[in-house]
Amino acid sequence: MPMTFFIDTTRCTACRGCQVACKEWQGFGANETRQRGTHQNPPDLNPLNYKLVRFAEYKEKGRVVWYFLPDQCRHCEAPPCKEAADSYVEGAIIRDNATGAVIFTEKTKQLTPKQMKDVITNCPYNIPRLNKVSGMLVKCDMCNDRIKHNMLPMCVKTCCTGAMNFGERSKMLDLANQRLVELKKKCPNAQLQDPEDVNVIYLLTDDPKKYYQTVNG
Amino acid sequence: MTNHWIDIKNADVVFIMGSNAAENHPISFKWVLKAKDAGATVIHVDPKFSRTSARSDLHVPIRSGTDIPFLGGMVKYILDKELYQKEYVLQYTNAAFIVGGGYDFKDGLFSGYNPEKKAYDQKKWAFALDEKGMPKRDMTLKDPRCVFQLLKKHYDRYTLDKVSDITGVSKDDLLKVYQIYSATGAPDKSATILYALGWTQHTVGVQNIRLSTIAQLLLGNIGVAGGGINALRGEPNVQGSTDHCILWHIMPGYLPVPTADWQTLEGYQKANTPKTSDPKSANWWGNRPKYMVSLLKGWTGDAGTKENGFGYNWLPKVDPGVNYASIFLVDRMYKGEIKGGFIYAHNPAQSMPHSHKVRKGLDKLDWLVVGEIHHTETSDFWRRPGVNPKDIKTEVFLLPACQRGEKDGTISNSGRWHMWHHKGIEPMGESKSMGWMVVEIFKRVRDLYQKEKGIFPEPIVNMAWPDAYDPDLQAKKINGWFTRDVTIKDKTYKKGDQVPSFVFLQDDGSTVSLNWLYCGCYGPAGNLSLRRDLKQTPMQAKIGLFPNFSWAWPVNRRVLYNRASVDPNGKPYAPNKAVIAWEDGKWVGDVPDGGWPPMATPEGKYPFIMQKEGHGQLYGPGRVDGPFPEHYEPAETPVASHPFSKQLNNPCMRMPVSDLDVLAKPADPRFPIVLTTYGLTEHWCGGADTRNTAPLLEAEPQLYIELSHELAREKGLKNGDPVVVESLRGKVEAIAMVTVRLTPFKVQGKTIHLAGMPFCFGWTTPGTGDATNRLMSSVADPNVTIPEYKACLVNIRKADKVTELTL
Repeated sequence: MPMTFFIDTTRCTACRGCQVACKEWQGFGANETRQRGTHQNPPDLNPLNYKLVRFAEYKEKGRVVWYFLPDQCRHCEAPPCKEAADSYVEGAIIRDNATGAVIFTEKTKQLTPKQMKDVITNCPYNIPRLNKVSGMLVKCDMCNDRIKHNMLPMCVKTCCTGAMNFGERSKMLDLANQRLVELKKKCPNAQLQDPEDVNVIYLLTDDPKKYYQTVNG
Repeated sequence: MTNHWIDIKNADVVFIMGSNAAENHPISFKWVLKAKDAGATVIHVDPKFSRTSARSDLHVPIRSGTDIPFLGGMVKYILDKELYQKEYVLQYTNAAFIVGGGYDFKDGLFSGYNPEKKAYDQKKWAFALDEKGMPKRDMTLKDPRCVFQLLKKHYDRYTLDKVSDITGVSKDDLLKVYQIYSATGAPDKSATILYALGWTQHTVGVQNIRLSTIAQLLLGNIGVAGGGINALRGEPNVQGSTDHCILWHIMPGYLPVPTADWQTLEGYQKANTPKTSDPKSANWWGNRPKYMVSLLKGWTGDAGTKENGFGYNWLPKVDPGVNYASIFLVDRMYKGEIKGGFIYAHNPAQSMPHSHKVRKGLDKLDWLVVGEIHHTETSDFWRRPGVNPKDIKTEVFLLPACQRGEKDGTISNSGRWHMWHHKGIEPMGESKSMGWMVVEIFKRVRDLYQKEKGIFPEPIVNMAWPDAYDPDLQAKKINGWFTRDVTIKDKTYKKGDQVPSFVFLQDDGSTVSLNWLYCGCYGPAGNLSLRRDLKQTPMQAKIGLFPNFSWAWPVNRRVLYNRASVDPNGKPYAPNKAVIAWEDGKWVGDVPDGGWPPMATPEGKYPFIMQKEGHGQLYGPGRVDGPFPEHYEPAETPVASHPFSKQLNNPCMRMPVSDLDVLAKPADPRFPIVLTTYGLTEHWCGGADTRNTAPLLEAEPQLYIELSHELAREKGLKNGDPVVVESLRGKVEAIAMVTVRLTPFKVQGKTIHLAGMPFCFGWTTPGTGDATNRLMSSVADPNVTIPEYKACLVNIRKADKVTELTL
């Protein structure tokens, strides 16, 4: 049974504990960033940030709405990145059958720039990034090392509001559907993103494009 | 907090005002969201739409500094619509008390004002007393001089039109909030109020809290589950530091600091021990002498005897009427009246208002000792931009401190939980805990006094001082022990036994306790701050009381004033979320606020035991700027008048007098924009710690100013432009963050813009910006001298070039 994240954006306060805890666990350094007129920093996913909280704000009928999206790899059931990589270098991208984690391996270094581009553009969620220092393609690894030792992924462990949830797929689907029913009462636009296809299921309350252009595949 | 973090989940309405709870106290939202899951409505009233607003049901923008009109209108709404909890108001508050003839209120001033001293004669506001010396009462609440009628009259002026016109909040939004919140006047409903520095950091800071408490008392929301008035206090152990006396005017356990008027212990005790002839009033501060003597005995040990007032005579005494708060300390530094000092874990050159004055004040010192984890704007003031280190005479000693994870000790959270934390790793390099620094420095000073004597060595050489810093021993002594064999109520305690609770503390030197409020935390059963037991009764589980997890002051009580959660017969007003109940001749649930039987019985007592009269104070003659909160504009205000009186500013506000202490005039055309300042999740206070934590600096790298699209258009600014923000006191560079989350206010028919800035960026982290507080003034509230960080006047322009920010 694959493991699944359920990310309830209606509980996210954008504290960015997940964003910071992720890179701390991975042992990554910091990017040198600049204030560009937004709280979203670093501006995008990058080799030192596998997890990034995206911010989007609107004023509608005199009321402000501010959406937070803790963005990360979806660990797809049938990962299109893996499909692309498999045709070039066997084992560059693997799926751990025990956990469902989609993992980019050292062998991604063997992909040519054009092949890498193929892998990247094949991802409907705009996740993979090239680490120019190591020459590898990189992204969230589901904290596969942690979950194999019965620990929660770092982003889930650090979340204090219940926005980040993790467990067996069936349990997470139950939780997601239960929460969806509850939310529909107040937010008729509440929806789960691609729950059939991915193992990181987002619950949103508005048009997905208003959160981020590639929030849904 | 009167209540505690978990208890937020029990609220029917979570009313957040003067706080950005989600950003500055992230864990609070675990419980706010649980309340929401259970059907609670979450309201956020704040100038800015923040991450808190994003998770609230309703955000209402308000012009900074107009909380009293907003809340005054609320009180009027509750009274006009008779939504108050009638029995609670009548029985548990001072609504029925008759106010004496000396009290009056005219055009913004209460009776007894002395314009020269900028102070009131508070005696004018006393209650009318009967022949026994007890306040006269009218239980019909009809007497025009009773508190209830005076309250009504006072807030009758806060009409919807006037409130809307001055706050910039639409009438529609006002009514929405008033209606949702006031519905919790039903006996079984409750609203919690979460506030923080957004209320306190004003020249009317204390009165902001007072007025919200008045509203909570009217609705019967104090003492109940999901209720209370809850100051969200930060991870820097703000709660612990006030409990243990980091403020100049109190000693541990909220005992007043001795003044020169009280030369003897007897004089001190007489002046500070309230008396009541009302047998139903517990008048808990009547016990103060026991707490004071136990504290003194803890300080002086064997040297403290009855003859020398247990060492009271050796304590320094402050001059009455002189203000020793930090802004006045800085003023004295600036005027060359202070030679040197110690600063631990505090970065005043960054986090105090009017940073230019603070920095210039430090220049005047001969010596300075700083205990810190990182180099800060304070430790390194002598090499700040624009200053030649050769011109600074101050000798600075920087003592490297270890981090919390590198030492054992306790922390007190907002909910008054006293919790032990264990050392995770050994301190880095030569760094030491600050406790170690204090103990060792004192020992060496004492050695010098012992060798060289000196003019007045007694306070130093007689101090009962540990040989080495030991957090466990300190925790034990904070609780306290018996100094000799004592028999109390047929039970004998041996010399050296830990005192079980503050009920056992004595005023004869037979007990020591470094903080009476914490007495019981380390009694005969050991160190209760270590407890992590989740066991609770089904009744306790309903409200998440967790009485066996850590320990809470006082006596492990989790909800203060909880006897107001039951009717006079001991029956809970809200049976589904009862805090305590009188069952089969005893109290069950939380530790009751005093173990007496219900109030209606002959032995019963009033619930507000810390007040002399035992009642919640709708009328509060103890505050120096008035018994009822009244609206005054911030010291720097964008308006020239307000609709409630001719008194524009708080007539008692405090500000040092110096060439640097200047204020823009009301509605100053040079500075038309209101600026408010705040913290944010990613940085901690002045930012010294977090700016040195790379992943946090990555997430929030540089100083910004949040402003509306409308203001940006007016000033020709684009999102991301570097700007210069200017007040009468200084200039600051920042990046413009143009956002829909700030909105212009319509005030008195005009558009008023408000902008906001964090205060965490400083020059020791190059290219991130420098102290926002260079803009702020050192004007303060008259009760506690908290500076007005939340409102000042500025102007903004696009920067031609920048030197403080890396672009």
